[in-house]
Amino acid sequence: MRTVECDVAVVGAGPAGLAAAARAKQCGAGRVILMDRDRELGGILNQCIHNGFGLQLLSQELTGPEYAEHFICEAHDAGVETMLDTMVLEVTRGRHIVAVNRNEGLMQIDAKAVVLAMGARERNRGGVIIPGMRPAGVFTAGAAQRFVNMEGYMPGKRIVVLGSGDIGLIMARRLTWEGAKVEAVLEILPFPSGLTRNIVQCLNDQGIPLYLSHTVVDIHGEERVRGVTVARVDGDLRPIPGTEWDIECDTLLLSVGLIPENELTRDVGGELDPVTGGPVVTDEMETSTPGIFACGNVVHIHDLVDNVTREAWTAGEGAARLVSGQQPGGATIRTRAGDGVRYVVPQILHLDSLASRDVRLFMRATRPAERVQVEAVVGGEVVFSKFERVVRPAEMVVLTIPRGKVDPGKVSPNMAIPTTVSPDHAEGGPQPELVVRITPRDGDTAAEGGRKA
Amino acid sequence: MGTGIARELSRYDLRVVLVEKRADVAFGTTKANTALVHAGYDAEPGTWKARLNVRGNALYPKVCSELGVAYKNTGSLVVALSEEQAVHLHELKARGETNGVPGLEVIPRERVLAIEPGINPNVVAALWAPTGGVTSPWELAIAYAENAAANGVELLLSSPVIGMDVRGGRVASVQSPGVVIDTRFVVNAAGIWADDIERMVGRDDFEITPRRGEYYLFDKRVGHLVSRPLFPVPSESTKGIVVAPTVDGNLIAGPNALIVGDKGDLATTAVGLAEVIDGARRLVPGLPVRESITNFAGLRAVAVPVGDFVIGASPGVPNFVNAAGIQSPGLTAAPAIAEAVRDILADAGLELTEKPEFNPVRGRPTRFAELSRDEQSALVEKNPLWGHIICRCETVTEAEIVEALHRPVPCTTLDGVKFRTRAGAGRCQGGFCGPRVVDIIHRELGIPMEQVTKKGGRSFVLSGPSKEPLLEQAACRCVNPSEQGECRIETRGREEVGGHAHRRV
Amino acid sequence: MSRETSELTCIVCPVGCRLRATVEDGQLVEVQGNSCKRGAAYALDELCAPKRTVTSTVRVDGGFLPLVPVRTSEPVPKDKISQVLLDIARIKVKAPVRIHQVVAADVAGTGIDIIASRSMGRANAPRAE
Repeated sequence: MRTVECDVAVVGAGPAGLAAAARAKQCGAGRVILMDRDRELGGILNQCIHNGFGLQLLSQELTGPEYAEHFICEAHDAGVETMLDTMVLEVTRGRHIVAVNRNEGLMQIDAKAVVLAMGARERNRGGVIIPGMRPAGVFTAGAAQRFVNMEGYMPGKRIVVLGSGDIGLIMARRLTWEGAKVEAVLEILPFPSGLTRNIVQCLNDQGIPLYLSHTVVDIHGEERVRGVTVARVDGDLRPIPGTEWDIECDTLLLSVGLIPENELTRDVGGELDPVTGGPVVTDEMETSTPGIFACGNVVHIHDLVDNVTREAWTAGEGAARLVSGQQPGGATIRTRAGDGVRYVVPQILHLDSLASRDVRLFMRATRPAERVQVEAVVGGEVVFSKFERVVRPAEMVVLTIPRGKVDPGKVSPNMAIPTTVSPDHAEGGPQPELVVRITPRDGDTAAEGGRKA
Repeated sequence: MGTGIARELSRYDLRVVLVEKRADVAFGTTKANTALVHAGYDAEPGTWKARLNVRGNALYPKVCSELGVAYKNTGSLVVALSEEQAVHLHELKARGETNGVPGLEVIPRERVLAIEPGINPNVVAALWAPTGGVTSPWELAIAYAENAAANGVELLLSSPVIGMDVRGGRVASVQSPGVVIDTRFVVNAAGIWADDIERMVGRDDFEITPRRGEYYLFDKRVGHLVSRPLFPVPSESTKGIVVAPTVDGNLIAGPNALIVGDKGDLATTAVGLAEVIDGARRLVPGLPVRESITNFAGLRAVAVPVGDFVIGASPGVPNFVNAAGIQSPGLTAAPAIAEAVRDILADAGLELTEKPEFNPVRGRPTRFAELSRDEQSALVEKNPLWGHIICRCETVTEAEIVEALHRPVPCTTLDGVKFRTRAGAGRCQGGFCGPRVVDIIHRELGIPMEQVTKKGGRSFVLSGPSKEPLLEQAACRCVNPSEQGECRIETRGREEVGGHAHRRV
Repeated sequence: MSRETSELTCIVCPVGCRLRATVEDGQLVEVQGNSCKRGAAYALDELCAPKRTVTSTVRVDGGFLPLVPVRTSEPVPKDKISQVLLDIARIKVKAPVRIHQVVAADVAGTGIDIIASRSMGRANAPRAE
């Protein structure tokens, strides 16, 4: 087994990996190797042929492949080396990667920094426990998308979609546009999971009914799907007996969530966040294992690829800084999801970073709300806040804390500060926290800036 | 069952044909059970079940070694959660000893907790059965079938038996669509359909009542929660809901038991699955439902009114031998059932002349995931397809899948590939590798993409090439639809007829 | 003189303002609920001349993959979408394909082209130059 040495090894060449690799190279890392198990770069973007990508970063509404090609060119131009059809089998704490492909066979890649960008997998039938028969014709929406957009085959002719997540909505339209009949989209929650623009353009445009607070309770058909039984659900999301009705169909598409693909991260033993399902990371996107960074869907499930790219740039910069020996050290502060917030990424912030640059926080709201303040609170004091007209769980909220807003002196003085990022917490005194919360704001429309409580 | 019997008979100078209605072996109840090798204390002494369980159990190490099938002699525990239940343990032990089960011991709470830390802390005692274990039922069936085929047995798949010719009180031939097999003997190992087969020779000595059992299969991540099959104290009719490791490192929980009216009723149900979790949690309170990767159900073939295995020549049709009603401990008993059926056939007049060229060994197919890095390296150098991982969850390479498609027992389906290679059996349940495996089947076997099936018959994975539905709709030229009888047009909305949807222009 | 008031959700940005707009003779008479000018423009477009970008795939001969994704170079009138899709279904291109190459001009008489969303090389090259 031959060994290859490099400065930065990036696992996964979707939008996260592409941006991280290019940025690492641009920031001075010497040898950057980008690996992907697929036959080409681009990751999941290759099969996302619909538009809507890049509105924020590139001021265009590109299709997935166009967005991918832009960043593939950047990676090539930056001098990133790529390995395709390459599966990473293991990653160690010492940053040794074992990978395999047809040409090189098994190889070991020793890197000074590793960036994990493996993305996510889809939750499937087993993950949502739909009783019934087990015929052919039950697909996750992404698997169906691959068949339609990459192989050129239809999963079926009469489709029911469970889950109003973006992938399900996009596929509802895609299949309709290929001549199939989409009978219904069912959503177990009382509000849609996907972006509003997708509800409008994928469902309303096509006249596809959306049934909120509904789910599939039975699947019929021995060899191939013959139909499904659906039912209304109550406040606890449990099917209400007596509300069942049948929909004839030959295909059930499941769009019931994405799960960060963290097998390799688990192997390394890094701290995982139970809410995101991904690794705990710092503002440099470094995991709790020194030298191992992560970005993109593998950290938390995104909805806008522009945010993936931004996050990946941070990881790439972080990796390059590590390679050049310029990592931030010193005291850290943990973030915490407060009222109205489901989770915050990054989970750990360097006080140095907060003092010297803008620090971007990503979060999701727990429920839809209008006219709210998104606030960052340290020691009971609001250090920064932003007005948002609307927040929805489906749409990630970004709070960029301008540099200098967090006064290191105000952060609790009696803590034994770890200089490496580790899950072990400080002793003595309460752990300093930056709590992010979303609170309703009545009254005037004036918006930004910090204000003291 | 049938594959084991066929392999046993392939030792002898006979012409043997194995006829299977589904597209592959193991596609019946074999693929949907708890995969346990029972010690043998459950069955009533003196029954076929009791005798063949113990004999089968003893044969397992040798059979699995010869056939390259995974088998782990983990031992098993029957867990008593109360003093009342603990009394039953001694009854089971006594019964087991009568049946000839070695090594049974009732062990106290502390020892149970020491070897199974995840078990319900209210455990009072347990029956330790050192000869219990786990195996892979479909691997065994496939291995049996491959070894049988290698030794001359002919396999007819996708061949339902639709009738039999009885002349002078003996079976003369077996009919399947397109083929008539003249034969001197017939062995009925037709699982839940065994009574339908029996009726074809004009007998009605037993009926098969399907009793459905549902299961949860858990991620390998929690496979370590138990080290051996854990049974509750059994009831009158069922061994109860078990929590066990699988031989591949997953965790399985189940089955419940419910008589169903329809032999095709393999549906899991909300009530049944809840029952399984309930029962499983009584044994292992910390069982995490969110680590479930799939659910499935299987049908036990229960012979009524018999209650035992139905093994023997049919009264009235002496060359028709039943191996029916093979519910639990059927899997364990399989090697012994094969021997028993062979002996019954011999008694019925079948000459058994051993073939000197019989080879009992079927090599275990190489699994990339089971090799050391050096071994993996060497393989890729020889054949690059070993370097192309198709199933990420179980680390299965293209080479293994290609190889599985070209072995002695034809494999043409997604499920067939799954049972032979583990591709699709992991946590993503084929979400990632599914499209790739379909493509490989299409490429290797020349089957058009839209004709590749999940499990044979009409279980097509895909409906057809994209674009075709649109082009079909555009080509439709219905003018006077009701007259032609070909299509119908609805003035409102769309109506689907004959495979494509219409919109009135 | 036909005046029509409709409710619609603006999709220009993630806020998704609920709009109430009144249109008369192709002119936007009134709009409520929008937080920015783009919302007003969207309301006018959507009510008078709704357009959509259509994305799909076309078959490729001799390419790295059997399909190449395509898009309309601009949004097309909504009522032309069915015809656009049908026209796209009939297209076949030969590899190599350059990103944004026109694979069909003036689709369904809209004056808008179908262009490739990616480059695609021949058999062994994912992306041709």
